[in-house]
Amino acid sequence: MNKLNSRPLWALLGTILVVSLALAGCAAPGTVPTLTPPTAAPAAQPAGATATLPPPTPNGGIIFHSSQFAPVNEAETMRNVILKGAPMLVDFQPQATGPYVDIPLAQQKAGKITIAVIGGQHGDFPAFVNAGLLDDLTPLLEKLSDRGFPETYLTLGKMGTDKQYYIPWAQATYIMAANKDALQYLPEGADINALTYEQLTEWAKAAQEGTGQRVLGLPVGPQGLIHRFWQGYLYPSYTGTQVGGFKSPEAVKMWTDFKELWKYVNPASTNYNNMSEPLQTGEVLIAWDHIARLKAALEANPDQYVTFPAPAGPAGRGYMPVLTGLAIPVGGPNRAEAEQLITYLTDPKTQTLVAQNLGFFPVVASADTSDLPPGVKLEADAIATLQGSADALPALLPVGLGAKGGDWNKVYNDTFQRIVIKGEDIQTVLNEQGAVMQSILDEVKAACWPPDAPSEGPCQVK
Amino acid sequence: MATPQVTGDALASNMLAPPAANRSFARSRERALPFLLLVPSALFLVIFFAVPMVQALILSIHSPDGAWTLQYFERMVRDVNFTDAVRNTFLIILVAIPLQFLFAIVMGLLLQNKLRGSSLFLYFWAIPLAVSDLAAGLVWLAIFGDRGFVNSFLRTTGIAPIAFSWLSYENYGTLLMAVVIAEVWRATAIVMVIVVAGLQLIPPDYMEAAEVFGASRWQRIWHVQLPLIRPSLQVALILRTILAFQVFAVVIALAGRAMPVLASEAYNRYGELNPNGAAAYAFLILTISLITTIVYLIVLRTSEEEMGQ
Repeated sequence: MNKLNSRPLWALLGTILVVSLALAGCAAPGTVPTLTPPTAAPAAQPAGATATLPPPTPNGGIIFHSSQFAPVNEAETMRNVILKGAPMLVDFQPQATGPYVDIPLAQQKAGKITIAVIGGQHGDFPAFVNAGLLDDLTPLLEKLSDRGFPETYLTLGKMGTDKQYYIPWAQATYIMAANKDALQYLPEGADINALTYEQLTEWAKAAQEGTGQRVLGLPVGPQGLIHRFWQGYLYPSYTGTQVGGFKSPEAVKMWTDFKELWKYVNPASTNYNNMSEPLQTGEVLIAWDHIARLKAALEANPDQYVTFPAPAGPAGRGYMPVLTGLAIPVGGPNRAEAEQLITYLTDPKTQTLVAQNLGFFPVVASADTSDLPPGVKLEADAIATLQGSADALPALLPVGLGAKGGDWNKVYNDTFQRIVIKGEDIQTVLNEQGAVMQSILDEVKAACWPPDAPSEGPCQVK
Repeated sequence: MATPQVTGDALASNMLAPPAANRSFARSRERALPFLLLVPSALFLVIFFAVPMVQALILSIHSPDGAWTLQYFERMVRDVNFTDAVRNTFLIILVAIPLQFLFAIVMGLLLQNKLRGSSLFLYFWAIPLAVSDLAAGLVWLAIFGDRGFVNSFLRTTGIAPIAFSWLSYENYGTLLMAVVIAEVWRATAIVMVIVVAGLQLIPPDYMEAAEVFGASRWQRIWHVQLPLIRPSLQVALILRTILAFQVFAVVIALAGRAMPVLASEAYNRYGELNPNGAAAYAFLILTISLITTIVYLIVLRTSEEEMGQ
């Protein structure tokens, strides 16, 4: 009995051993064990980065470390389309938030920086600036004077100093998209390009009654960007602030309204990291998300969707522009090539290429965006409508929070969790979370940023 | 201790000196051999387990400005998701592990009974071993999602025309059920392999003797096989429980933010650029795992006499 049965067991164990050794062999070199949740955005495998590139030239590819374009398809587009025309070999290495910040700081501590260029969004850079990692790029910017970067973006890149810590790279924002099937439920008299939150709620309610499903979707998943919805959309629209009115009566009204809206939000939203997939499966008919995370659905079927600005509240139509930038670490390798890469990426032609292929829009005036694919065109139209709205109220990403950016987002997420999911008393939660918020502001001594009025000393939560 | 003795021998006789030295060298080499063989794995454990463990502990009680502090543990305990994370982790373990063992033992016994095609089943049942946690989670997401196979089936057969949200935070029961099913599917195989190995170690004489004395099949299982695989079960139980405290990818894939567990909270803290908070969670998981292991070792101790019975 035993003899007969032990053979398959040994064969099985042997097979498992061989397979696991083979898998370990494939994964070993340089793989950062980043767990990527299902539909999530982050982290492509750096091992794959080298695999898709031609064999290294004698001077090797320069490492481009990025928090942007991390989803596998976007990373592949960066490598195979955008960076293909670069004047040097580039090893594009996108990372999830944690490793994105840790790797350069660890290299700095170890005294051996291998990263040539760091790409990230505005809010990513303070952690590096605080650590003294980033070099002043003013001389490079002078060489790029023909680009025509908007002055506001250059000021943001100075991070409140007189040094140019990053050069603007690309811009994006968040918009709404709806399946045309949902348009029949749009409340009468509502203009889709000038919705209010009240009308959105009515729309979502009517759509639920019509379809029998909750078809409004928000990216509340672990890698979703819902915190930007509260920071840059709801709060500015209701209170005209992002920080100042956090626990104000207007904020209480806002959360009360949002609780009402949430009744018509698909409960699977807590698992959505980007809205493209649920839009494509039809689980969701109306969605809000970052343009890069709506793009797949819009591109797959541009005729099926309409895009439009996020709604307005009593204080205006809050929206959050996202600015990404390029920086060079102090003591990084291949300095000349790093500067060449930034020159290449800010070239109007490359900027157009990024808009066409990745849906991030140019930051240079001369880039041609007349020939965009239909999906990206939909997004560009919504952004144009938004920026043309009389009540548009731009809200910046948090400025000057440094490494506390994660804790900051957590305040909003926890507030949502407690008020909407757990049903706690709104004012109590806002007071408690407001205190957490104030302690962060005091700790990093961050002054208010738009749309809040400028402050002397740390911004005050009211 | 033995060295002076050997040196004494060597001094005693010049004639005998060389062979004695050789002998002592050979003997000490023989004595050192086991330790030498242990060095690589010991080094591995120290570098990749002990050092990071100490680093994690330091990280969890040491703030970036250099002060020793318990603030990260305080914040962890006060966190809005802490109680949920602890409850969910323990619930998954309490429901999934007994099911895994039940299935594994039944599968092991079926295999051991040499039914037709049982070796084929061994391979079949072991497939989940080769599937990564996250992939397993995604497979079950495709099954339980709003537009998943279950809902499609219910819709096409007309049982439930309106999709049911199995994985919604509003339906905690079905969400937990889906996670448990995925966990059971994914991790029963490893328990089964250990059980099968344990069953194969039982000398056939025992079973034959029991048969001769007229024990029924059930009595043989209950009084001979199960007691004799207790050490294997103990190993499997410790392994599975420790790994279950780290349950992460399956839950993240199926439940997203709707079902926080200890490991996902650690991951979230790290994603929020709060490595100290993540380390506090990691240390909590380590402590719970250590305590559980010690409890198992005490409760399930198998004395040698018992084994010899």
